[in-house]
Amino acid sequence: MRNRLLGAALAAVLGLAVLPGAASAAGGGPKPPEREWSFQGIFGTFDRAALQRGYQVYREVCSACHSMRLMFYRNLTQIGMSEAAAKAEAANAFIEDGPDSEGEMFERPGKLSDRFVSPFPNDNAAKAANGGALPPDLSLIAKNQAAGPDYIAAVLTGYADPPEGMEMADNQNYNMYFSGHRIAMAPPLSDDLVEYADGTPATVDQMAVDVSHFLMFAAEPQLEDRHRLGVKVIIFLLVLTGLLYALKRKVWSGVH
Amino acid sequence: MAAPRFENPIVRWIDYRLPVFTFMHHEMHEYPTPKNLNYWWNFGSLAGFMLIVMIVTGIMLAMHYTPHVDHAFDSVERIRRDVPFGWLIQFIHMNGASFFFILVYIHIFRGLYYGSYKSPREILWILGVVILLLMMATAFMGYVLPWGQMSFWGATVITNLFSAIPLVGEHIVSWLWGGFAVDNPTLNRFYSLHYLLPFIIVGVVVLHVVALHTHGSNNPLGIEARGKQDSIPFHPYYTIKDMFGLGAFLTIFCLFVFFAPDYLGHPDNYVPANPLVTPPHIVPEWYFLPFYAILRAIPDKLLGVVAMFAAIAVLFILPWLDRSPVRSARFRPIYRQVFWLLVLDCLVLGYIGSQPAEGWYIHIGRLATIYYFAHFFVILPLLSVFERPRPLPLSIGEPVLGGGSPPPRGAGGTGAMERA
Repeated sequence: MRNRLLGAALAAVLGLAVLPGAASAAGGGPKPPEREWSFQGIFGTFDRAALQRGYQVYREVCSACHSMRLMFYRNLTQIGMSEAAAKAEAANAFIEDGPDSEGEMFERPGKLSDRFVSPFPNDNAAKAANGGALPPDLSLIAKNQAAGPDYIAAVLTGYADPPEGMEMADNQNYNMYFSGHRIAMAPPLSDDLVEYADGTPATVDQMAVDVSHFLMFAAEPQLEDRHRLGVKVIIFLLVLTGLLYALKRKVWSGVH
Repeated sequence: MAAPRFENPIVRWIDYRLPVFTFMHHEMHEYPTPKNLNYWWNFGSLAGFMLIVMIVTGIMLAMHYTPHVDHAFDSVERIRRDVPFGWLIQFIHMNGASFFFILVYIHIFRGLYYGSYKSPREILWILGVVILLLMMATAFMGYVLPWGQMSFWGATVITNLFSAIPLVGEHIVSWLWGGFAVDNPTLNRFYSLHYLLPFIIVGVVVLHVVALHTHGSNNPLGIEARGKQDSIPFHPYYTIKDMFGLGAFLTIFCLFVFFAPDYLGHPDNYVPANPLVTPPHIVPEWYFLPFYAILRAIPDKLLGVVAMFAAIAVLFILPWLDRSPVRSARFRPIYRQVFWLLVLDCLVLGYIGSQPAEGWYIHIGRLATIYYFAHFFVILPLLSVFERPRPLPLSIGEPVLGGGSPPPRGAGGTGAMERA
């Protein structure tokens, strides 16, 4: 993730190889296995089908506990949903609005301009409903973990029996990739938990990968713009720099 | 210094009343520059360019940013997500800070290698150190503005350093915070100062350039230009060379901006600031890591803070610590080696600063800190006395023309700084 190879190569060019970006994978647990993602690399783009499957997993599974406060329903048109489908999706949500002209708050169906509805009114309510543990907001989780989507997929598939002699409290589960290995979230995925509209078999691994893909989109919806513009800018700069070098040679040809 | 004759009558009319065109002609066109400058001399103008980029992108960000603890984080995300090309502006500004420091650090080490701090350029050098300090303050306060976890805890750790000052320390910290913890007043004043300081930097940069233009650039041979055969006009020779360097730099910079924008940052800063949750491992931005290592190398808090500031302050008196009359390391066989040891030492300090302060890291950090100060306070003064410099060429033109005494290795603008 995060173009680690590219980053490392670039950093080496600048003699920055010892700097923190690479070394920031602090915390317990083994390194999450690296997966192939379509959005990696300089030409990387999101896989629309995977994004929609991932959104389905978020809506049907994760959104019971996890908010995504930075996402708007309008963002769904960016993952390949038609505007009508995105509007219908928004209309499923109930949004508290107001006050109206009588001074009363009221509920209305969601619109494209609304944020994703959070499952709990506030953090304390979320903690109270989850045995004291706060389910983190998922808007930026693909960026605030060093290994990004690799980490999300690893945690979602990393549940196992605790090793010999490791005592787990009531609401703790053993996870190979979670820092400290004790995670309050019970294994959220099981085979065929959701039914994909496109007929993809909903294995735990498939769902984990799809939702990680979607969460990467959520963390940086403009990633494709960045890649597209970047390729053009770099080509332009290479040509410009080449021309400037030729000009520099010409101007300096008389100086010895 | 005869005034140039301008063809355009409007230019002539203005110049007669306000000689800006004459000024520009002298300082940017005919300004005599040693003809043997290598590519290490590109970094000053690159840093100046980066300062302008930071100011322009910063002003644009300020149009959308909200300096309030409840809204700062989300407003930065809104810039990234919803403001047209906001992601581009924000990534340029965020990575621009790192690259500004890369450029300035290279610029400083170039000055160290070629002795650019020696007479008559001491004030030029001191103004440069002032710029470095202002940059550090600006960068530190800017990093607080997105109000992520590292913003908040970095601000908490660094402002707390002032509590080490005897008697008044606690009061100073409250005064810095505007309260009893890093909170909204802190964010507001950091925003205000983060907006102000870059313009002060511009002012000091102007003085830096005035001082530069008084005696002209130093050069890889470290000897003064002795006449027309040693110098060339700044334009077109160095304008085109700087333009080429700028193109090469922008290519590398844009690779980061477009393809690895978060590489130099810390993932924790994508978590909104939370005063109740301390990150397991608080680290400053990479460009502060060597100083952070020096701070932590000393067990006593006050002495650690003193050492950290001394690590920069020593640069102010460097022209008087290094008494060797020879400027360029090309002709100083031992200095050339200790220069590279200092570079290595700074890289080691940077690495130690990024690691937790435990086990061997502490010992290595202490050794590297001792060596850092030994370089300036012991090695340089001793070298001034005991080192035997190699003979200097008579003039810049001579070795480049290949006449007279054998030219030093790699003479001329080959672009490569000699390895030790």
